[in-house]
Amino acid sequence: MLAYFQAFPSLRDTLLLMPELQITLFACFALVLDVILPKEKKRLAARVSLLGVAFSAASIALLVYQYSDSLPQKAFYDMYVLDGFSLFFKALFLLAVALSIGVTIKYLDLEKEQTSEYYSLMLFSIAGMMFLTSSHDLISIYVSLELITLPVYVLVGYFKRIPKSNEASMKYFLLGAFSSGILLYGFSLLYALTGQTNIEAIAQIVPEIIKTGSATYLLLLAIILIAAGVLFKMAAVPFHSWAPDAYEGAPTSTTAFMSVAVKSASYVLLARLFFEALPSAGSVGSVPGWTQLLGVIAAVTMTIGNIAAATQTNLKRLLAYSSISHAGYLLLGAVAGNEVGYTGIAVYLVAYTVMNLGTFGVIISITRHDEGDAASSERNTGEHIKDLNGLVKKSPAIALMMLVFLLSLAGIPPTAGFMGKYLLFAGLIKNGTDWMTKLAVLGVINTVISFYYYSRLIRVMFIADLTEERPLTVGKSLQTVLLISALLTILIGIYPQPVIKISESAIKQFGNISDKASGVVPKLNND
Amino acid sequence: MGFLGIGILSWVMWLPFVGSLILIFFPKNQKEQIKYFANFWSVVCLGVTLVPLLKFDKSLRGLQFIENYQWIPTIGAKYQLGVDGFSLIMIVLTSALGFLAILSSWSAIEDRLKEYYAFLLMLQTGMIGTFLAADMFLFYVFWEVMLVPMYFLIGIWGSERRLYSAIKFFLYTLLGSVVMLLAILKLYFIFPDLAASAPKTYFEAAKIMAEGNAPMMEMLTEAQRSGATFNIWAMQAIGSARLIPLGLQALLFGAFTIGFAVKIPMFPLHTWLPDAHTDAPTAGSVILAGVLLKMGTYGFLRFNLPILPDASQDPRIVGVIAPLAIIGIIYGALCAMAQKDMKRLVAYSSVSHLGFAVLGIFALNGHGVSGSIMHQINHGISTGALFLLVGVLYERRHTRLIEQYSGLAQQMPNYAVVFMIMLLSSIGLPLLNGFIGEFLILRGTLEANGYWAMFGGLGIVLGAAYMLWLYQRIFFGEVQNESNRTLKDLSVREWAYLLPLVVFAFAIGIYPKPILDYIQEPARIIVKQVKHDYFNRPALTDQKAESQVEEKK
Repeated sequence: MLAYFQAFPSLRDTLLLMPELQITLFACFALVLDVILPKEKKRLAARVSLLGVAFSAASIALLVYQYSDSLPQKAFYDMYVLDGFSLFFKALFLLAVALSIGVTIKYLDLEKEQTSEYYSLMLFSIAGMMFLTSSHDLISIYVSLELITLPVYVLVGYFKRIPKSNEASMKYFLLGAFSSGILLYGFSLLYALTGQTNIEAIAQIVPEIIKTGSATYLLLLAIILIAAGVLFKMAAVPFHSWAPDAYEGAPTSTTAFMSVAVKSASYVLLARLFFEALPSAGSVGSVPGWTQLLGVIAAVTMTIGNIAAATQTNLKRLLAYSSISHAGYLLLGAVAGNEVGYTGIAVYLVAYTVMNLGTFGVIISITRHDEGDAASSERNTGEHIKDLNGLVKKSPAIALMMLVFLLSLAGIPPTAGFMGKYLLFAGLIKNGTDWMTKLAVLGVINTVISFYYYSRLIRVMFIADLTEERPLTVGKSLQTVLLISALLTILIGIYPQPVIKISESAIKQFGNISDKASGVVPKLNND
Repeated sequence: MGFLGIGILSWVMWLPFVGSLILIFFPKNQKEQIKYFANFWSVVCLGVTLVPLLKFDKSLRGLQFIENYQWIPTIGAKYQLGVDGFSLIMIVLTSALGFLAILSSWSAIEDRLKEYYAFLLMLQTGMIGTFLAADMFLFYVFWEVMLVPMYFLIGIWGSERRLYSAIKFFLYTLLGSVVMLLAILKLYFIFPDLAASAPKTYFEAAKIMAEGNAPMMEMLTEAQRSGATFNIWAMQAIGSARLIPLGLQALLFGAFTIGFAVKIPMFPLHTWLPDAHTDAPTAGSVILAGVLLKMGTYGFLRFNLPILPDASQDPRIVGVIAPLAIIGIIYGALCAMAQKDMKRLVAYSSVSHLGFAVLGIFALNGHGVSGSIMHQINHGISTGALFLLVGVLYERRHTRLIEQYSGLAQQMPNYAVVFMIMLLSSIGLPLLNGFIGEFLILRGTLEANGYWAMFGGLGIVLGAAYMLWLYQRIFFGEVQNESNRTLKDLSVREWAYLLPLVVFAFAIGIYPKPILDYIQEPARIIVKQVKHDYFNRPALTDQKAESQVEEKK
């Protein structure tokens, strides 16, 4: 059948789109289900969504099988590209959404808000992310980005009865729209400079501009505007202020989804724009370099995120700040600008997806409401650190898994988080520049600070006495998610070889391109 | 050699962990069974550890029982294990103290037994792994993994301020070790170029470490061939071949030193130790003092000296480290004198003793280094025993304040005798083990720098002062406190875990040669790696070969 499709160019292009198409289709289907299903049967939509994810994963596997030797494949007049990078992240997004759906089912039951619409929105957002990984054109990048964020705005404000949720949604929407505007402004400047919207074409023209020095400052302005947009999406300091409020106000399952999937998507954006379109940005003229700027942002992001997290008592807020600090660690890989650092980003995102979703899974398992409490606006139950008190006595297995997730978040071996952090720091040390070494020192000091607040959670779980007698709310789906996440976290920590190998092949293209670029103009950070 | 296709060192390392996994499946309320199983298993572990001890070939240079497997090929990390005489003695010490620690917990721990023994066994795997790892990545993983069970041991079963002490212990050590990780990374990235730039020098340097030891030579040449490696001995080869520039050596030395100095702990990074010791349960203190602290000095002897020899003997660096060690000796002793809490007193005495060990290392000669290793073993025995003895008293009275006790010699004569022996061993009385190490260290420092030896001697005098004063206050005089009148003397079980230590204290003190035989060769090689021409006169031929190689270069 594949051969039949290949006979027709447009059909072949559509075939490349198959994973995204399937997700979109199932998203629409879930939406329809919302109308058809009676209220108590809405959970069926979750199963349908998971089926969609499975279909999509199967077609990704098919694409890998079909094209693994002939990547990259381009389609739709080079607007769409299928390469190792996009396949890797499509798979990661599917993993993220599958796990997110797993934690959502129980949570929506608990909040008495079980609707199919929720799953459909999640799938639409994931479809946007999958399009983004393959977008090779400024226009399609922007459209995919909107497709990602619009459903998330809705998901954040999903609990209409709760003012906090509404407030979070509004804040996120306004700032998000604003940042998209800034990003778009940067895109337009870039178009003005190069006359192109295609990533590859831009990548070829930009070094020329830098060489002739004709419009360096305009280029720098474009870079800064684009960077501001991207950094907003990943919640890096100083564009982070929306994150704690949005994370705290949003339904916990949405927070889980946002913190892994949307965050990873922002790194896809970073990679496409800065590693592929503007790899030579590090050498912009005589003004202070982009790499150094990125380094400063990474340093400030890690430090502020960690210090702010250390003082939080609300679990979701704590994890929001911790996710800001993780954004900082991830930026270290971009600062390093070599293959080790890029591999580090990819591995860390995989690790972050499993460990963070696991953590949120545990938080959902301790969420509970007094009778009739579901409608009240005061919904702090299960979100405070003290709600974890004595968890080990209630459920040793869940406490143990939470321990694994927290150790992984803190970067203690043998967990996935350690391998990710290790590679990120290795990238900096490999680069070897003096200030990068100092940045690495700051990075490792930050991991120590981060252990301080993660250890507070470990402490209350294992050492404090039980204060809440009511049993945990753990369904089968949640248990499965926790188990998968914990196993993956440990497995990647003990035997990371396959993940590193796949990540390496996913980012190989960027390594080569940035080498080429630095061949044209010597990088500023090398002097 | 091995069993079931798994190398003997893997057995030694993983058996305790297997035991902790088995413990998890015990029902919570079968307290007796859990205790019996944990004790049984630790005996098995100790027994297995004796196998490499007996089969060890003392005449062979370098690592033995090498296991070498791929682990993460993309980053060059391997599962490489091996022992030389030094690490062999350390793992035997670990297993022995691990067994005694478990035996001593029989009646001391009543709460959450299953987790307690599981954590102790897990800790043992971590410690043994650290001593066995021949790959820096593996070393680092074990180094950090170890922190988690120790954190729980202090945090759950500790005394009053256990939460504070546990987190302080963790954060201090973590800070040191992450800085060390960066140094490891730097070595990893400079290795391929350096090894490729002077393959012959590398080979000559490797030969000094591993001549006549085919598996180790193979491991070293393989490391050079593959380029990306974390092998500690390959790093030692480029280090002792003087391929790393001095400026970089100094930086790396600083990074490693932070990691190890926290663990030892050296002044001024020692503040976590008194807290951790005081609040840890007895078994935790024994392990902490007996083994964990030694990892710092082990690191100095494995990483700093052989890999960064120029930095290690640079007067500017030694001029900082040695005074810090001396301050540690004197300051630790003075602090010990001022303590009201027995356990805290012993903890500060550890700071003082480990200062000695560091001073011996940086004498950079054969006597200093082998004395330092000897002193580490002796400190493990005598301080371990002192912590156990304090634990005995604590179990009876639930206080460790010195003022609560007096005239115990009348009530507990056996206890008083054992306490006296271990205390004298800690002071360094001849015919007891402590003397051997202190003597060798003093002799080594005297060769290196007379002033250091003077301060070292002062430290010994102070040590005698605080220990004897402690003894006088607790055991002599009249019984003041009524509740002390009914104290029972040592029970059979307490004798069982104290007697081996007493026997070892005498055995090593009277005839130290069997242990010195194990550590002399590694110490000689380490000194040789630091100084080409100092200690070993018979091996002049090797020096010639080296100088010839350097001329060729």
